Amino acid sequence: MSNPPETGTLPGLRFRSRFPLLALILERFLLSLALLLAVSVLIFGGIEALPGDFASTYLGQSATPQAIANIRADLGLDRSVVTRYFEWLGGAVQGDFGTSWASKNSVSEQVGNRLGNSLFLAAFAAIIAVPLAVGLGMLSVHFRNRMPDKIINVISLAAISLPEFFIGYLLILWFAVNFGIATFPATVFDGMGFFDRIKTIALPTATLVLVVLAHMMRMTRAAILSVMSSAYMETAELKGLSAWRAIVKHAAPNALAPIINVVALNLAYLVVGVVVVEVVFVYPGMGQYMVDAVTVRDMPVVQACGLIFAAVYIFLNMLADILAIVANPRLRHPR
Amino acid sequence: MLETSNHLLSVRNLKIEATSYPPGEPPKRITIVDGVSFDLQRGKVLGLIGESGAGKSTIGLSALAYGRGGAEITGGEVSLNGSDILTLGKGGIRSIRGAKVCYVAQSAAAAFNPAHKLGDQVIEASVKHGLMTKEDARKRALYLFRVLGLPNPETFGDRFPHQVSGGQLQRAMTAMALCSNPELIVFDEPTTALDVTTQIDVLAAIKHAIEETGTAALYITHDLAVVAQISDDMMVLRHGKTVEYGSVQQIIEAPTQDYTRALVNVRQEIRHEAPDQSKPLLKVDNISAQYSNGFKVLHGVSLHLCKGQTLAIVGESGSGKSTLARVITGLLPPSDGKITFEDKPLTPSLKSRPRDDLRRIQLIYQMADTAMNPRQTVRDIIGRPLTFYYGLRGSAKTARVAELLDQIEMGNGFLNRYPAELSGGQKQRVAIARALAAKPELILCDEPTSALDPLVAEGILKLLMKLQEEQQLSYVFITHDIAIVRAIADSVAVMHRGKLVRFGPKSQALSPPFDDYTDLLLKSVPEMEIGWLERVLTTRRMESAGN
Repeated sequence: MSNPPETGTLPGLRFRSRFPLLALILERFLLSLALLLAVSVLIFGGIEALPGDFASTYLGQSATPQAIANIRADLGLDRSVVTRYFEWLGGAVQGDFGTSWASKNSVSEQVGNRLGNSLFLAAFAAIIAVPLAVGLGMLSVHFRNRMPDKIINVISLAAISLPEFFIGYLLILWFAVNFGIATFPATVFDGMGFFDRIKTIALPTATLVLVVLAHMMRMTRAAILSVMSSAYMETAELKGLSAWRAIVKHAAPNALAPIINVVALNLAYLVVGVVVVEVVFVYPGMGQYMVDAVTVRDMPVVQACGLIFAAVYIFLNMLADILAIVANPRLRHPR
Repeated sequence: MLETSNHLLSVRNLKIEATSYPPGEPPKRITIVDGVSFDLQRGKVLGLIGESGAGKSTIGLSALAYGRGGAEITGGEVSLNGSDILTLGKGGIRSIRGAKVCYVAQSAAAAFNPAHKLGDQVIEASVKHGLMTKEDARKRALYLFRVLGLPNPETFGDRFPHQVSGGQLQRAMTAMALCSNPELIVFDEPTTALDVTTQIDVLAAIKHAIEETGTAALYITHDLAVVAQISDDMMVLRHGKTVEYGSVQQIIEAPTQDYTRALVNVRQEIRHEAPDQSKPLLKVDNISAQYSNGFKVLHGVSLHLCKGQTLAIVGESGSGKSTLARVITGLLPPSDGKITFEDKPLTPSLKSRPRDDLRRIQLIYQMADTAMNPRQTVRDIIGRPLTFYYGLRGSAKTARVAELLDQIEMGNGFLNRYPAELSGGQKQRVAIARALAAKPELILCDEPTSALDPLVAEGILKLLMKLQEEQQLSYVFITHDIAIVRAIADSVAVMHRGKLVRFGPKSQALSPPFDDYTDLLLKSVPEMEIGWLERVLTTRRMESAGN
């Protein structure tokens, strides 16, 4: 990888002053990598610090110390923490997360399948939630402090105030049990048709949408409102521009950065925060997989899930940072 | 332009109201403008002058049928070319705004959209109103950039607002207003936020452009000297009512109202210069300073101040004058040089100074608003240094606070008030009392009057001078206003780009021979005299022709 800022102080400075935008983006990227590395240490260390271990859980209360020692040696737990960490990290970088202690299968294979399911659910929820949130945000700006604005606010606040498992059970009660128009559990399997799949995940998607909607919608509303109160919007009005042109041409480009940020944050939440929703709906995603692994202390799986969640979270936030940098005319067009 | 008998703009009995929501009280209707009438002929300029809250911007915006921040035009007529624009519908008003009447805001930096190029914003209204094609509008913008003396007019429009200076932005805003060939432009304090040396260029550019294009203008300002250079007629406003309305000459030379007379006479010398003493109180010796990012702000500054005297530090924004104050207080330790206070060296950093050294040097800020905790009463604000330095508590503290309130001419009725309940001038007085509470020997005043209206500022200056007489206080007074320097200083330091360009007793520092910068600075200060601007510009042209 060619890395101009790393080749020395002087060329680095020169690069920074010639391509400030590129330098900033590169800086974000390197920072994200460093952050991911730090998180990997935390995950490994945290799991290391957990009380109890796989061997004693696996063998039960009556296990002999010799049997426990045998299993520990089998799994390589008798070697030093540092060796094991670098072994694990080296494998993870190449996409190999080791073998599950419980099922003796390759973690990467199982995770790959599950991650696909989780991302599908999150993406589907995002496709509905993002336009809906931004649209509702603009609508409540248009009707600010009037009835539609208040109704949108109250409903979205109520949705965010209820825990997601509660919303999930409510939806199951109404739509699956009382009306019988939705399917439960939302278990998808390989070879399922696309439309069947969508029908199956309708309820978990709705739950996720309700949970993330309020935050995005309120931030959109706040971002546009703060732009609307700025002096250049008055200038637009005093130029005799129509309200629509003023919003599209003058307000929207300036409200972009905060909206991108909150959308990315919520996308990250959609991927990372689905654990509870997946468990409620018995959806075979990463979250459920991780919860199962934690109960049996299947550490390679827990570590892999933790690292992947962290990577997704960091990647989406990095993407939001970079997009916000690109959306800023001061950085795009330096003095 | 032949129909001179017809007025372009005719305002009759204008009444503008707004609803205010005071905390804990029912909403109140307040009248911002009450019964104002005036006429404006084509190609003429009417100056609207008054202090903040006089309603001058509100009147200016009524020419675009616009009420800012909830202000509503509730009565009267605003006729443009004989038809009342207040009776027009939304579409009718839109067709006037940006086409026939344009607006130039006080802060061009905020009024331009940061996301678009200047050129696109300048021509937007003309193109959207269908007055010109895009190409014609671009040609006109180019012409206007030239008339307004903008650098590289061919490529100026390709720049973004953050890529040009404040003075250039203000001229670009004027170009934006002129672009659609309007009949009337409302200039709302277009030079107030600029440094004096920049202000004169913008003022000249605006005057030139008005003459060149023959547009009429409403020129809003609080600076009588500025309006004298640019207007034909003038209206003095106070509390939303007309105080005096007449030609510029009549109002400046023969004002009929007391209020106008007070405005004309503001800032005359209050204090006569005291002689330099052999032993200075404060001695700043070869001080250099830089920010933590390595940017150098002060280069080898040396000056001194005698006991009981005032040292005025003048300079434009970015000249390093506030930084020098921060260095003296210890907030920013210098990178080089030393400071002596009463023959003893002051430690560079605030943290290592003994409490008594801290007590002897106090600071007053430009924004009294942000320098006070909004959740503390006047008693707590002034009482804090009493407890900190003198350990006063309870009734002894209250008695001393009341005494200090007397000294700043406010009285103990204010003891339990919060800053939000005080006017701008009262807040600054409380800030002065807080500084006095420590019984300091030196007070650093960082532009304490620049955010205040002229008459209020005058009161603050007089108070500071009175306290100096009574308590032998010394002041370092930082300002960009030469008139204040003339009024109160004993010695003067002129700063430019982090260097001291001139220092000495007032009578010497402000008289020739001058260095180039001080000359430019002094010549840029508008004087309350008709024809001053032309004279300065002619001198400049002759000088540049001579070179």
